[in-house]
Amino acid sequence: MRERIAWAAAESAPARAEALRLQGLPSGQAPSSRIGALLDAALAEYLQAAEPRALVGEIGREDFAEVYGGEGRNAPATPLDAVYPKAERLALFVATVGEPLTRRIRDLFGQHHPAPAAMLDAVASAAADGLAERLAARFAGDDDGTRALAYSPGYCGWHVSGQRRLFARLRPEEIGVTLNASFLMQPLKSVSGVLVLGPGRIHRFAPDYPFCGECADRPCRARIAAAVGG
Amino acid sequence: MSLLTDIAAALERGEDERVGELVRVALAQSVSPPAILNDGLIAGMGAVGERFRQREIFLPDVLLAARAMYAGLEVIQPRLAGAGVPAAGRVVIGTVHGDLHDIGKNLVGILLKGAGFEVVDLGSDVPAERFVDAAAEHGAAVIGLSALLTTTMPVMKDVVGLVRERGLGGRVKVIVGGAPVSEAWAREIGADAYGYDAANAVERVRALVGARG
Repeated sequence: MRERIAWAAAESAPARAEALRLQGLPSGQAPSSRIGALLDAALAEYLQAAEPRALVGEIGREDFAEVYGGEGRNAPATPLDAVYPKAERLALFVATVGEPLTRRIRDLFGQHHPAPAAMLDAVASAAADGLAERLAARFAGDDDGTRALAYSPGYCGWHVSGQRRLFARLRPEEIGVTLNASFLMQPLKSVSGVLVLGPGRIHRFAPDYPFCGECADRPCRARIAAAVGG
Repeated sequence: MSLLTDIAAALERGEDERVGELVRVALAQSVSPPAILNDGLIAGMGAVGERFRQREIFLPDVLLAARAMYAGLEVIQPRLAGAGVPAAGRVVIGTVHGDLHDIGKNLVGILLKGAGFEVVDLGSDVPAERFVDAAAEHGAAVIGLSALLTTTMPVMKDVVGLVRERGLGGRVKVIVGGAPVSEAWAREIGADAYGYDAANAVERVRALVGARG
């Protein structure tokens, strides 16, 4: 199965709380009226400029092992090492909110409007992350007993160079996402990885790997708790 | 002086048009440009920085204040050049070669300007040699390097090496930052400082140049 997916901008707009979190506001804290106004304006810009789309390709366990092995630079042990062998299904994905938003962010900085620029950057980042969650929910379907979560190169011990084999396998150039020599995706507000589908329990892991100490806020905890209850 | 206090207060509130207007009034009343800069604009940004550190306000508030700072600087810049007012220091910044992420670098640049530094922003995807060439050309005291990819962090080590090779080590300091960067990495490559966020980076740059602040 290999599928292109496109969303209307309105379908993919991020939650306000997530954009505010990326701007440093504590969770649950109501923004001031002027921060709220900045967010409203950024969301309006998002609706005008976003071009959210994705490419998803199902992959077997052995083929994924080859992709995941990448260039041999993963951490010696990773959560995904234990998770993916238990998966019922796996799918590679790349998603993006598109290039116009990146250009608009740059323009705003260039015009000395740093507050709107940074807020739009936060909205675009939150939206891109949200695309991965939407793909995971779509992959899981309606089966209450299974959960799909996304795991991405550059996180949790999966070296960012793993992008190369992922891109070679999935060919997301088809939706306008490319990879440079440093494994940087363009447009910048893009996400990639693997969707892992299985019973919720397969996604649980203790965040006590060596690299966990370097992780700023361990977003895995909240994501996994929300998805699998722990 | 109440006019300078008003400038600082308007800047804290992010009222860019009001700041520009007040700076014009101050100049018309023969308030010295250095006083307007230091006791109005920089004082205001200093207060903003402290409130940010205390988590009374957040990044958007700081950036609105920065916009107000720009508005004041636009009015006063020609008069500062004429008065021979030195900046707190000159800093070359950029995102390293292979990396196009620039928001962190942009935020550092904004806050450095707000703290009275002159900033030479080389943009993104900047080769190591260009950082060092620019520092030499502009007489910069500090090179600030940003990287958001682990694969591009080695360029930071190249910059540190080039600074030493060219005999600039005593005069030019290197500060590094970005999501995958750490204090340990900064030590490993021989960088002079690490900034864990934009505000911290400004504090570390101040310390590096011994700027008053």
